[in-house]
Amino acid sequence: MSKPAALIQWIDERFPLTANWKAHLSEYYAPKNFNFWYYFGSLALLVLVIQVLSGIFLTMHYKPDAALAFGSVEYIMRDVPWGWLVRYIHSTGASMFFIVVYLHMLRGLLYGSYRKPRELIWIFGMLIYLCLMAEAFFGYLLPWGQMSYWGAQVIVNLFAAVPFIGEDLSVWIRGDYVVGDATLNRFFAFHVIAIPLVLIGLVAAHIIALHEVGSNNPDGIDIKKKKDPKTGIPLDGIPFHPYYTVKDIVGVVVFLMVFTIVVFFMPEVGGYFLEYNNFIPADPMKTPPHIAPVWYFTPYYAMLRAVPAMFGSQFPGVIVMGAGVVIFFLLPWLDRGKVKSIRYRGPLFRGWLYVFIVSFVILGWLGVKPTDFLGKVGSTDLEWATLLARIFTIVYFLFFLLMPFYTAIDREQPEPDRVTG
Amino acid sequence: MKLLERLIAIAALVPTLAFANVEVPLDTAPIDSGDMASLQNGAKLFVNHCLNCHAATHMRYNRLTDLGLTEQQIKDNLMFTTEKIGDHMKVAMDAKDAAKWFGAQPPDLSVIARSRGADWLYTYLRTFYRDDTRATGWNNVAFPNVGMPHVLAELQGELVMEEHKATEGEAGAHGATHEPPKLVLAQAGSMTLKQYDAAIADLVNYLVYMGEPARNNRVQIGMMTLLFLGVLLVFAYVLKKEYWKDVH
Repeated sequence: MSKPAALIQWIDERFPLTANWKAHLSEYYAPKNFNFWYYFGSLALLVLVIQVLSGIFLTMHYKPDAALAFGSVEYIMRDVPWGWLVRYIHSTGASMFFIVVYLHMLRGLLYGSYRKPRELIWIFGMLIYLCLMAEAFFGYLLPWGQMSYWGAQVIVNLFAAVPFIGEDLSVWIRGDYVVGDATLNRFFAFHVIAIPLVLIGLVAAHIIALHEVGSNNPDGIDIKKKKDPKTGIPLDGIPFHPYYTVKDIVGVVVFLMVFTIVVFFMPEVGGYFLEYNNFIPADPMKTPPHIAPVWYFTPYYAMLRAVPAMFGSQFPGVIVMGAGVVIFFLLPWLDRGKVKSIRYRGPLFRGWLYVFIVSFVILGWLGVKPTDFLGKVGSTDLEWATLLARIFTIVYFLFFLLMPFYTAIDREQPEPDRVTG
Repeated sequence: MKLLERLIAIAALVPTLAFANVEVPLDTAPIDSGDMASLQNGAKLFVNHCLNCHAATHMRYNRLTDLGLTEQQIKDNLMFTTEKIGDHMKVAMDAKDAAKWFGAQPPDLSVIARSRGADWLYTYLRTFYRDDTRATGWNNVAFPNVGMPHVLAELQGELVMEEHKATEGEAGAHGATHEPPKLVLAQAGSMTLKQYDAAIADLVNYLVYMGEPARNNRVQIGMMTLLFLGVLLVFAYVLKKEYWKDVH
């Protein structure tokens, strides 16, 4: 026996190395018809690794102290060798994470990847998305710029809108009556250790659940139904390694090219990835005229602003915003269609999905803008932007709430026996 | 090809959208981050005129070697308050005094170009005008009721706001007009207005550099990274094709 083989055997007798390699890579059979949309899962994993690694190096130089934080970021940008690169990689990675994850979720919607038997994969995925939002929110306070500060102020104040316990709750979260040094320190703790730990655990659960039931595909059919009688391998399945590893390398390189263009040539992306106001140090005495969260939160921010205050409380808006995220969890049970993939769905689901995508994008756009940017409706006090946000918030929720009805009566086409294309 | 052109046009619009809520039309700053002479002149203007009230706390003097200067040149020509070349650009003025004198502490200028943008700075520094209603005697078009006096008046001279003569047609049709205010030179400074604009372009060029000293370096490294990834992409694609021959 050769020396490497002997070593592997030595390990295998003590740890299931070969067994795991086979189960998750060389003998994990994935459908052979993955298309463009199937790159974003592996890319999300890549971005997670990029964020963890760049984050570790930032932590070596960053100071979680209200008096020093802003300066320490500039110190990283100027005096730390390659610090500017690490910082831009991390700031770009944050936005790219959301781009990749939003596309990954859209893939799930297109091909019904959340449907039985993949409900738990979807739920783990949604929990990852929630963690990601928390991670982005906590991390955004750390540069201690004006937008960091006032963004955090606005979000923590949402908790103050909870009836009865709100005020105490928000003080408990901040550790102070305003966002301050105590807040910065705890947000740092959440950002660099608490949330990432949970996040990595959830990613593991997401992948384990996926490999238990097998990957869906653009046709939405189960490849395990047609197996080679001799080998027991699905006829339309190919081993993940080497086929999808070499394919994903192509996706990774293309993605890194996009990433490179942002990091090196346009790290601010016109104020969307790095907001201009965040280059002003946090000033608790000066509220910026227009507070906008970073682009990936803006659809929900638009919902929050769309809901009018009721009984003098913003709480209904907070509920609607929260529901906008939480409702995704119910998707596997709202969908009554017989086919999974958009390719064989009827016109009702297709129509609603397109309308939903449009509402999500428009809400995101409205959330970036001040509410008065389109003027007022006629001679009323109602702003056009608020009216539009209300309409699209309703459409957003109708996509989910009406789903049990329109998917049940939709004119679906028959699924093929074997995967196509 | 048409689609690509449109996408580029949309991408080009993005920066303007981000600034869309600025009310005053801004002049485009004619700056060139590769022009060392301009950057050096800008640095000189900065340390002579700005660095008395405004600090640049995050910028070290020795970083100016980026601009093609030696440490000795920096010491001899650009350092007035300190002897240590590794020092940050700080000012002696007390923050509390400053707040008392100007109504607000003059902001740190280390990253001012990143928050305000080059065009805003270029417009702001050229649109001070005489206004007797203000305590300092100065006002500004880009920053109405600014606390800062026109410290560069000896160079630019004094501008005054021309009284707006609304023509009858305009007043009838729109009520208020949206014409940008017009400034005229009332008293000449040591420079012509053209020379002054060029000097301010140099100063803004320097402020943009100081906002992110690694910028020129970053663009160069970006080119090489893209080139590398481009080559890697070819190999990755060929590898994928080779493996997938037996699938299709």
